[in-house]
Amino acid sequence: MLIPVCPSYVVVDSPSLGKTKSDPLGQDSLFSARYGRIMTLAANITLAALVQQVLVGLSRTTILFIVASGLSLVLGVLRIPNVAHGSLYMTGAFVTYTVATLFGQSTLGFWLALIVAPLVVALLSFLVERGLFCHLYEREHMMLLLFTFAFSLVIGDMVKLIWGSDYRSLAAPLFLQGSFSISGFPFPRYNLFLLIIGPLVAAGLWFLTNKTKIGKIARAAAVDREMVGAIGINVSWVFAAVFVIGCYLAGLGGALVAPTQNITQGMDHAIIIEAFLIVIIGGLGNIWGALLGALIFGLTDSIGILIWPQFAIVFPYVAVVIVLLFRPKGLLKSTW
Amino acid sequence: MFKALFGVKTAIVGMILLALLLLLPQFLPRFYVYLIALIFAIALLATSLNMVLGYGGMYQFHHAVFYGVGAYAFALFAVKSGLPLWIGYLIAPFCSAALGLVMGLITVRLNQLYFGMLQISLGSLVWAITYRWYSFTGGDDGIHGIPLPDLVGSSTGAYYFNLIVVVTCFVLMYMIVNSPFGRIFQGIRDNPERCRAVGVNVQKQQLAGQTIAAFFAGVAGTLFVTVEGSVFPDLMFWTLSLEILIMCLLGGWFIFLGPALGAAIIISLRTFVGIYTEYWTLILGIVLMLLIFFLPEGVLSLFLKKADPSGKREG
Repeated sequence: MLIPVCPSYVVVDSPSLGKTKSDPLGQDSLFSARYGRIMTLAANITLAALVQQVLVGLSRTTILFIVASGLSLVLGVLRIPNVAHGSLYMTGAFVTYTVATLFGQSTLGFWLALIVAPLVVALLSFLVERGLFCHLYEREHMMLLLFTFAFSLVIGDMVKLIWGSDYRSLAAPLFLQGSFSISGFPFPRYNLFLLIIGPLVAAGLWFLTNKTKIGKIARAAAVDREMVGAIGINVSWVFAAVFVIGCYLAGLGGALVAPTQNITQGMDHAIIIEAFLIVIIGGLGNIWGALLGALIFGLTDSIGILIWPQFAIVFPYVAVVIVLLFRPKGLLKSTW
Repeated sequence: MFKALFGVKTAIVGMILLALLLLLPQFLPRFYVYLIALIFAIALLATSLNMVLGYGGMYQFHHAVFYGVGAYAFALFAVKSGLPLWIGYLIAPFCSAALGLVMGLITVRLNQLYFGMLQISLGSLVWAITYRWYSFTGGDDGIHGIPLPDLVGSSTGAYYFNLIVVVTCFVLMYMIVNSPFGRIFQGIRDNPERCRAVGVNVQKQQLAGQTIAAFFAGVAGTLFVTVEGSVFPDLMFWTLSLEILIMCLLGGWFIFLGPALGAAIIISLRTFVGIYTEYWTLILGIVLMLLIFFLPEGVLSLFLKKADPSGKREG
């Protein structure tokens, strides 16, 4: 449906140049009148498809932002690339499925799942952080990274143990099902819901990091953890809080994405790389960088589908490489 | 650390080990010959990673991509070109080295964690292209039934071929690590600022190191194809990179042969545990956690108590 739109625009566009240059005036004007109408039509279709695709990209951006901001938060304060982040996202999606199915996939079940699933993920990460991870903070980065990798391996297989290796799918609650049209093109309601959630999460994060005490302490710890410790704040618990909040966001992302796609083993691998990229181009540890990165990533991805569906996956990567060639440390200031 | 390893005694032990490995296929079942040949390939891969990781202190988080590209380059050459297959063995490592150079040009400007994360990302781009480009790389099916030279067609032939190549590469890498370049590399690991101060171009050295390591990873890729006769995109997936990291950690990454030992342990474990359970990664995860907590210096360091204390990197 979307694919032929762009080529038709190109086809209409190219003969016009030849015509205007070589044809007599009368024919040219006749042609341009006809051409103008086609042009307007083509532009309309293209614009509508583009708008639709941008909206889809924006709702994808929401998920990416929520996941990447969690990763960024942990990176900024704890300075660890949490490889298990994607696995927690997957866990969030599976728990959402289970909770929603317990309530017969009703609207109530969906809301409950949306609340419960991230909390389950947060609890899991809290236990792991306090039980194991917090003893490793003095070690080098490589060990911390490998620990999170071990964590992700364990979670990945636990998910397989609990939910089996089949994929699951979850319907959106009734009032978010279906779609409405934007100049003839359908736009799913659930995506609109995501577009509302995204800014809310961003605002919540802004409030948390800028207006609350824990956020201020965490930001201070990101800059100079020794100094924060020296004025009598238990840095270890600050780290725990930040880690849990970051993992909560991964779970929330998983819960939100659950109705839009199949919930499978392996969804963790895809998202973690995307989140890494977003965090890198945004600037490590910068929440607004994560938002900007997610925007770039989501939009190039969705517009890439319009241009070259088979290799749509390449477009965001190319955007990332271009950004990094000019700004190797990311677009916004990193907290490092 | 190396003087401890490189004495007359070690040379004798090495000779005995080599003789043993040369004799093994004569009285081992075919499956074990295959398994050990596979271990050779992975051991070379892990050791090439250790060149930049343990000796260079670079956060080479996505080393598998060079391995995968080497394997794919050889496979595509063998399937599509129709030229003598041995040329593929020469070309493939250079493809990996070229990728290492290009990726290095982008990544070495950054330090430590940034470097590693960017490398994961760029490597994933290569993976994504391989995964999607059905007409050229076979997409997620990969390429199967790759023609091999007659000499390495049998599992015993592949075994001896891998053994010879791996031993040659090990000697080469050992020489590189102990060359002036290798010393500078270790200096950069221990104190990049001071190296810069005495006039070492740190980024250039790291770029060279990454290119060399990528070259050997490419060799390991061709060896993998020699054993398996097929390639698939998982060869350059980032989880494999982290698995190689685990091998280095397990064997001990401040010792030259540590990663090879780690590779042998992990591959054997995976093969034999895989018979009993499909939850191999769970076991790997737990093993890794135990390692991190109780044995961060690796298995080999248990035997070599004289591990160099200055070999430790600062966090």
